[in-house]
Amino acid sequence: MIASMRARSTAASLLLAAAAAAAGPLAARAAGEVQHIERQSWTFAGLLGKFDDAQLQRGFKVYTEVCARCHGVKRLYFRNLAEPGGPGFPEAAVKSLAATYQVDDAPDEQGKIGKRPALLSDRLPPPYPNEQAARYAQNGALPPDLSLIVKARGIEAGTPFYRVLDTMIRDVLTGYQEAGADYIYAYLTGFRDPPPGVKLAEFMNYNTVFPGHQTAMANPFTAGDGLVKYDDGTPGTVDNYARDVTAFLSWVADPRLEERKRLGLLVMGYLLITAVLLGFAKRRIWRDVH
Amino acid sequence: MVSHHESTYRPASRLAKWIDERLPLPRLMHGQFVDFPTPRNINYLWTTGGLLTFFLGVQIATGIVLAMHYAPTAADAFDSVERIRRDVNFGWLLRNMHAVGASMFFVAVYIHIGRGLYYGSYKTPRELLWMIGVVILLLMMATAFMGYSLPWGQMSFWAVTVITNLFSSIDSIIPGLGTRIVQWLWGGYSVTGATLTRFYSLHYLLPFVIAGAVGLHIWALHVVGQNNPTGLDIKTASDTVPMSPHAVMKDVFALSVFVMLFAWFVFFVPDYLGHPDNYIEANPLSTPPHIVPEWYFLPYYAILRAIPSKLLGVVAMFASILILLFIPWLDTSRVRSAKYRPIYKWFFWLFVISVVALGYLGSKPPEGAYVYWARVFTAYYFLHFLVIMPIVGVIESPTQLPRSITESVLGGGGAVRADAAAAPERR
Amino acid sequence: MQREAHLASHTAGEPNRRDFIVVAAQAFAGVGAAVALWPFIHQMNPDASTQALASIEVDLAPIKEGQAITVSWRGKPVFIRNRTPEEIKQAAEVKLADLSDTSARNDALPEKAPAYDSNRTKKGKENWLVLVGICTHLGCIPKGQSMSDSKGEFGGWFCPCHGSHYDTSGRIRKGPAPRNLEVPEYEFISDTKIKIG
Repeated sequence: MIASMRARSTAASLLLAAAAAAAGPLAARAAGEVQHIERQSWTFAGLLGKFDDAQLQRGFKVYTEVCARCHGVKRLYFRNLAEPGGPGFPEAAVKSLAATYQVDDAPDEQGKIGKRPALLSDRLPPPYPNEQAARYAQNGALPPDLSLIVKARGIEAGTPFYRVLDTMIRDVLTGYQEAGADYIYAYLTGFRDPPPGVKLAEFMNYNTVFPGHQTAMANPFTAGDGLVKYDDGTPGTVDNYARDVTAFLSWVADPRLEERKRLGLLVMGYLLITAVLLGFAKRRIWRDVH
Repeated sequence: MVSHHESTYRPASRLAKWIDERLPLPRLMHGQFVDFPTPRNINYLWTTGGLLTFFLGVQIATGIVLAMHYAPTAADAFDSVERIRRDVNFGWLLRNMHAVGASMFFVAVYIHIGRGLYYGSYKTPRELLWMIGVVILLLMMATAFMGYSLPWGQMSFWAVTVITNLFSSIDSIIPGLGTRIVQWLWGGYSVTGATLTRFYSLHYLLPFVIAGAVGLHIWALHVVGQNNPTGLDIKTASDTVPMSPHAVMKDVFALSVFVMLFAWFVFFVPDYLGHPDNYIEANPLSTPPHIVPEWYFLPYYAILRAIPSKLLGVVAMFASILILLFIPWLDTSRVRSAKYRPIYKWFFWLFVISVVALGYLGSKPPEGAYVYWARVFTAYYFLHFLVIMPIVGVIESPTQLPRSITESVLGGGGAVRADAAAAPERR
Repeated sequence: MQREAHLASHTAGEPNRRDFIVVAAQAFAGVGAAVALWPFIHQMNPDASTQALASIEVDLAPIKEGQAITVSWRGKPVFIRNRTPEEIKQAAEVKLADLSDTSARNDALPEKAPAYDSNRTKKGKENWLVLVGICTHLGCIPKGQSMSDSKGEFGGWFCPCHGSHYDTSGRIRKGPAPRNLEVPEYEFISDTKIKIG
């Protein structure tokens, strides 16, 4: 599908890109259009949240086999895959995996830039060398880098004003920060045929949750269940692919999550004790005054 | 009375005496922060000053260490923040502290201001103290605005673009002047890396200007002494407690509770008060669907957009803060504390509701009913200062004030006094 | 009623303020404040991306006998030479008494280890010499890595800045440099691969 599209004129692609950029804010959701996105249950949600290593490993597989064709994840270093708090691949395995990728070498004596196998200290190489190459291959659309996509997305829940305060309090007390993950999961599972009466623009695809409902990305899971074979026995369903890759991308966006929450529990516990002690101390000191 | 408070400091050692004869800083500190007479009835709203000083320190400390890793150029800013989040030892923690700390700073300052408004802490002889406070607020807002631009995300870039563009409204007074001012601010013909770098320089500078203003603020405070919930002046020593350990311990306790709130956000929901769009690198060619400032600017943003004219919107926005400077003269009440002002009390809370409403409206797109209500509440906001404050102070009959601070705490016994001119506090 | 509110703070006899609960609370708070200092200090230590480059692996297979390469490690040049049998023999025959610096300067050995050639190489891999390529005088990078370079009077390296001569074991023999070239910590992780650092 991409090959035949590449045959279309570059001029048309560039026009489309310009139109998309200009019309972006308008074609996007009508201001304040409410998105009906369900909250999913994530292992890393809440005060006690942790990533499920096996899920992150499956998510990485989905990324490399499905998403990496078009999307880079430039803030991820190979070494991150072996570090604690993440998928927890053995370092030797990551080293061999890295060696299967080619990255730019330093210029040689003639000033030519060759390729060398990647090391642990290298970033995961992107699918396209630059933005122009990506747009050229994608009919003018630029597949965004996925390193921070989970943090860069939220949900317009359309809360009525009288519910804002109690929603805020509930979200803060439960430590809810997964709106981005909920959105990405809903997006990945939201590709549909356009409903009657909706005319898709050229190269666009219908998605139930994308603002404006027309997205340049095609359904990555068109092939359906079985597209990616999981090694750990987990069923290879589209729903699992979407969940696992979203969990993986949540880790890429926030690799220190586990450390942060663990330290948070310790600090809150300490502060609680300290506050109680200080409260009693204050009353003791003020006893003679009151 | 308080301005002539003599310290009971006695140098404890030969070294202390040697220093005292040459640079009596320990004597000053002792007199102002240890045996300084503090009203015995101040409630927990009076701990906000200590909270603010602490958070100024937190912001400066975290800011300085973040500056060791941050790169203030358009090409590298966003990446440097990501490096801090991922690779720098405890970088994620320091960055969360700095971002959340700014919000905590504003929570504390709004409570602090609200306390001042309710208890009449701006009334004579504390007018200058109050005005210095407004200056500190303005400096805080400038610092926060520039600080938000530094991550160079989409919201950073476009918030700067929108707000700096406002100055071009001056063109409608003197043609061409506004545009020249804006280009001078930008260092270019649009917001660029030049804008970012100069904002970084000023963002590093202003907190120290704030620290200086805070010094003046505390000095002015210590000359006249703290206000208290009755609004009465300190008359005798029994009205007071020494600042240390009483007030200090109360401050430290309040701080430990406030830090729990701070820590909750830092560790569990660090991005809650921010905007997802700021995790997208700044793109001058793509405007986000909704440009919103951080929550602490939302009420002013609502006022700005409520006025149809660009210039008048800017004027109204600045006026909404500058009007605070005139409150000591706008409020005609003879009584300081709203505790004893039965009518004004209601209007105070209506004012608070209108500010919260403006904050909510500032977060919404400027369409439909939101515009209508923003205009209603903007009008009410100014009405409060320009009409309600002057008039209510004159027509209201305050309730019976206690005879002294001591009496308000320990109880005075006795019913209505014949001399009902245990008069409303004159000043 | 008046008495209690009076300036109680610094009269010696007040037992209240030194009560256990007050001391305990202050101690708890103090400990937290001290612990909170650590992130501010630790953030200045090398970050994760720097630590990732703290060690490098070098494949020695392409280096023929008599050849040398220079690699960058922790921002410093590292000389790796595949010595010829003559160069090894030359190095082994030098007597300790002829050396101005008798310490092996091998990071894997204590400072007192004598500067025998065997203390500057790995057992069974005596042809491989791995040295930090920074002259111990004032920090220039000595010449001797490529075929056309002057190797100095002792067949090793020659520093053009102030004329220090190093021998085929990288030891200083003539000139102002005070110490032998440093041998960094390294190990053979396979027959033809070393890991430095």
